[in-house]
Amino acid sequence: MDDLGAAFSTALGLVAAGDPALAAIVGLSLRVSVTAVALAAFVGLPLGALLAVARFPGRRGVVVALNALMGLPPVVAGLLIYLLLSRSGPLGRFGLLFTPSAMVVAQAVLIAPILAALSRQVLEEMWEEYAEQLRSLGAGPRRAVPTLLWDGRFALLTVLLAGFGRASAEVGAVMVVGGNIEGFTRVMTTAIALETSKGDLPLALALGVVLMAIVLTVNALAQAARDTAARWAGG
Amino acid sequence: MRAPDTCLPLRAEGLGYAANGVAVLRDVSFALESGPPALIIGPNGAGKSVLLRLLHGLLPPTAGAVRWAGENRGGGRMPRDAMVFQRPVMLRRSVLANAAYPLKLAGLPRAERLRRARAALGRVGLDGLADRPARRLSGGEQQRLALARASALDPEVLFLDEPCASLDPAAARAVEAIVADIAARGAKVVMTTQDLGQARRLAGEVLFLHRGRLLEHAPAAAFFADPKAPEAAAFLRGELVW
Repeated sequence: MDDLGAAFSTALGLVAAGDPALAAIVGLSLRVSVTAVALAAFVGLPLGALLAVARFPGRRGVVVALNALMGLPPVVAGLLIYLLLSRSGPLGRFGLLFTPSAMVVAQAVLIAPILAALSRQVLEEMWEEYAEQLRSLGAGPRRAVPTLLWDGRFALLTVLLAGFGRASAEVGAVMVVGGNIEGFTRVMTTAIALETSKGDLPLALALGVVLMAIVLTVNALAQAARDTAARWAGG
Repeated sequence: MRAPDTCLPLRAEGLGYAANGVAVLRDVSFALESGPPALIIGPNGAGKSVLLRLLHGLLPPTAGAVRWAGENRGGGRMPRDAMVFQRPVMLRRSVLANAAYPLKLAGLPRAERLRRARAALGRVGLDGLADRPARRLSGGEQQRLALARASALDPEVLFLDEPCASLDPAAARAVEAIVADIAARGAKVVMTTQDLGQARRLAGEVLFLHRGRLLEHAPAAAFFADPKAPEAAAFLRGELVW
């Protein structure tokens, strides 16, 4: 117990002092996950909106597949990207493996289906309400996509935050394609895994505290976005 | 004023609509010319809302056709017609952005659509609420915004589906005044209502529907003074409920 107490106070000391090694790891984590969310949003949100308004044979199957991909294990996403980026893989010549870029791609692949599936749910509900009115005003399904994305902006913000929470908390994908190289590809989750196995509890705990604070902040922001969405929805 | 490029008369030719094998409308034929409002009245379930949706193009007729004049002249005016629903859907945007939305779809430049949207809001007395979230408005205000939104593009024909049905009397009066104003400005209003008093106040002509059939189409004065169809006479006496 004393060990744990000591480790905890050292950890808080590291956070309070703004330890440079700690700051570098946190900074890289945020950079990687934010970039991954942006990248995934670029594909996932329009895809979700299209799926919300489009009616075609096999649509149900696509929806089911997308929902299933929400549960894609991070290590599997990492493995796929590893195979693509490894020296002998199809994208090997770009030399991206074990770089932050590879970690961004792996996390983007991991969360793009989550963003697409969640935004499809949110926007399909809105489309059911909007469809006849938009048609009357002169917007068919195609013109409705940007309309839905804009009218769902606050609800979609909560979707993005969910994606960010998933990205920043996962360890498998960044471990496999990043390699947890100190000062280069070491992020919060991989550092916690390593430091814990090495027995360096203070650094692991300090990172854990920061990670928890980030998760809390993300949830507070998500709540604020939900409240704003409700306000514009007339709730 | 609209003579060279008018889309009227609007003709229904043997119009029919069936859903799941049940006929909702049967062999409805009429022609609507420009002029004062046409009120579609009749008991519940007569097919009034379906008729409006067929005319507006939201439903495909299962028999007959809707024909607009000048259809073949390069599409004619944009837009030909607009519709306000009994419960209009407000976009999750400001009041002003709601009024400007169809103008944006029509491709008008930003300054022009804001100017026209503000003017449309002014006509329905909502200019003071332009920046409010539209879905926070009261029912009456939402209906007025729907009228502003539908008329912002200056359509030649405006379909209104019981626009006052879910409103309190004061709000209904306000909406009625706006409808009269839109008609006075030259649009052909085609409207359903359950309120015979309102029909008497607004109508230039009346279409009486009963169980999916058009039983009478007459100038309002003649219809209310001396309805030809016995069902219409019973309806005016308040004896025909469905």
